[in-house]
Amino acid sequence: MLETKAEEIRETILDMLVQAGSGHTAGPLGMSDLFAAFYFHILKHDPKNPDWEERDRLILSNGHTVPVRYSAMAHAGYFPVEECLTLRKFGSRLQGHPERDRLPGLETTSGPLGSGLSQAAGIALALKMDGKKNRTYVMMSDGEQQEGNIWEAVLFAAKYGLGNLTAVMDRNNIQIDGLTEDVMPLDSLKEKYEAFGWHVLEIDGHNIEAFVEACDEAKAVVEKPTLIIARTIPGKGVPDIEGDYTWHGKPPSKEEAARFVKELRSGAGRVPHEYA
Amino acid sequence: MLNKDSKLVEDMFAKDIAQKPTRDGFGAGTVEAGKKDANVVVLCADLKESTRAEWFEKEFPDRFIEVGVAEQNMATVAAGMAAVGKRPFIASYAAFSPGRNYEQIRTTIALNRQPVVIAGMHAGVSVGPDGATHQMLEDIGMMRMLPGMNVIVPGDAEEARKAVVAAATCESPTYIRFGRTATPVFTTPETPFSFGKALPLWESDAPKVAILSTGALSYEALVAARALAADGIEVSVLHNPSVKPLDEVAIMASAKKAGRVITLEEHQAAGGFGGAVAELLGMSYPVPVVRLGVQDAFGQSGTPEELLAHYGLSAQGITAAVRRMLGVH
Repeated sequence: MLETKAEEIRETILDMLVQAGSGHTAGPLGMSDLFAAFYFHILKHDPKNPDWEERDRLILSNGHTVPVRYSAMAHAGYFPVEECLTLRKFGSRLQGHPERDRLPGLETTSGPLGSGLSQAAGIALALKMDGKKNRTYVMMSDGEQQEGNIWEAVLFAAKYGLGNLTAVMDRNNIQIDGLTEDVMPLDSLKEKYEAFGWHVLEIDGHNIEAFVEACDEAKAVVEKPTLIIARTIPGKGVPDIEGDYTWHGKPPSKEEAARFVKELRSGAGRVPHEYA
Repeated sequence: MLNKDSKLVEDMFAKDIAQKPTRDGFGAGTVEAGKKDANVVVLCADLKESTRAEWFEKEFPDRFIEVGVAEQNMATVAAGMAAVGKRPFIASYAAFSPGRNYEQIRTTIALNRQPVVIAGMHAGVSVGPDGATHQMLEDIGMMRMLPGMNVIVPGDAEEARKAVVAAATCESPTYIRFGRTATPVFTTPETPFSFGKALPLWESDAPKVAILSTGALSYEALVAARALAADGIEVSVLHNPSVKPLDEVAIMASAKKAGRVITLEEHQAAGGFGGAVAELLGMSYPVPVVRLGVQDAFGQSGTPEELLAHYGLSAQGITAAVRRMLGVH
């Protein structure tokens, strides 16, 4: 069921990017399994009451991937799926980069990289100070690990023992200028975070069951924050663009999107095209 | 003459007038705000003594958050805490906050509309010996350009206390600017203060120049006004702790009455308070305006007195500027 939701989320992402004529394709497709798991299983939330006090908080740090969040929110019932087609248009609540003020259900305004983890840490600390049980999740990219602000936040979350904080890193190995390991090497992120006092798990970011289990394990680690490194394939679901960093920051054309949707519906070629 | 309605101190020009740094008002104000509201928290980036954040820590150790030398993290953690109902104050030197963490303030506090209070200490050349790196002269300009951001530059420690307490209940984010050096406390607990309101300090029936000032230099303006009056030159002095929102009504009235304006601030002469006044008057009531401040330069080491004199911001520099403007010597 969650896999089906992920496919719906992906198809809507392609639809909205074609309409918008600009935006990021690879990251949102790669993160769709994670967002299906968040919105349809992991998060305690209420689409009809976005400000619900007891909700879990999901912070999206790498705001440029917001189409995946908009798509997941729409499918979860926050707003009609058709509204996704207003992405990046004048007057839309679905800004090119997410603005908390404009759309209920977004927790922060983001886009400039590297500041989601520290906002999540602030939220987690405040909730902990007040003895609240809500969990705080933050979704971040691998490329933004190059920002200094991230490491300030990594130190901070460890100092305050934020066991109520789970960070999820979309480790897709690409960024705008190329492969992360060419632009500015990041490995080994697991050892780096562990050395900073975090609990670290590594999973296949397209294995939804493994992701759900990792989030459950994180809940059991009460004395320190947890990082889940989710290894994903950028552009996942569309073999034509999988792993290609040039798809980081551009949308598909109408013709490309039609082909990509076929690829999606055919399960990346596993199902004959006539059924797709 | 001194404005009676402003309920200023009695012994305004006494040699032994009480002196305190405006940052003391941050310490006192946060403790007061903390007693009124359990959600008030103070974050500091390894400068708790000099920012006076430790006054709050002593009273409320569980609500004091030490982030270490990490101003970007301080701003963003505060934005997160505000998102779940806390009332965070973040304290560091203005050169670092908002100097270093401007983008974080812009995105996660201003655009994100979180009511964080940014307390920028050690602003202006009166920091003294530390030199140019630590003498923040661009912060008023940076912060007043951010949509929805209040910008307050208190004139003394008492007014700073009031500003801090007021900011704690404000729904929009606020920048408050503080100085390091002890300066005369010329207001009293009875002196009115609110965001968007200027305070008339010195008035005259027929002023030749309206001096519009902000921050602790307003006292220097008062000393200048008194000296000029003794020489038969009448001016008015309007103190503007609220740079944004600006008290447009009071500023327009002062400009209309005098027909000439001098602005005064311990900041770049471009882009700050003087810039805000010039923008207003240029649109609505063009009169000659002279902007006193640092003229497109960085600061340097020296004593606060030496530096204020060097940049023409002491009482003597102000009287000279008035005379130049009027062509009298």
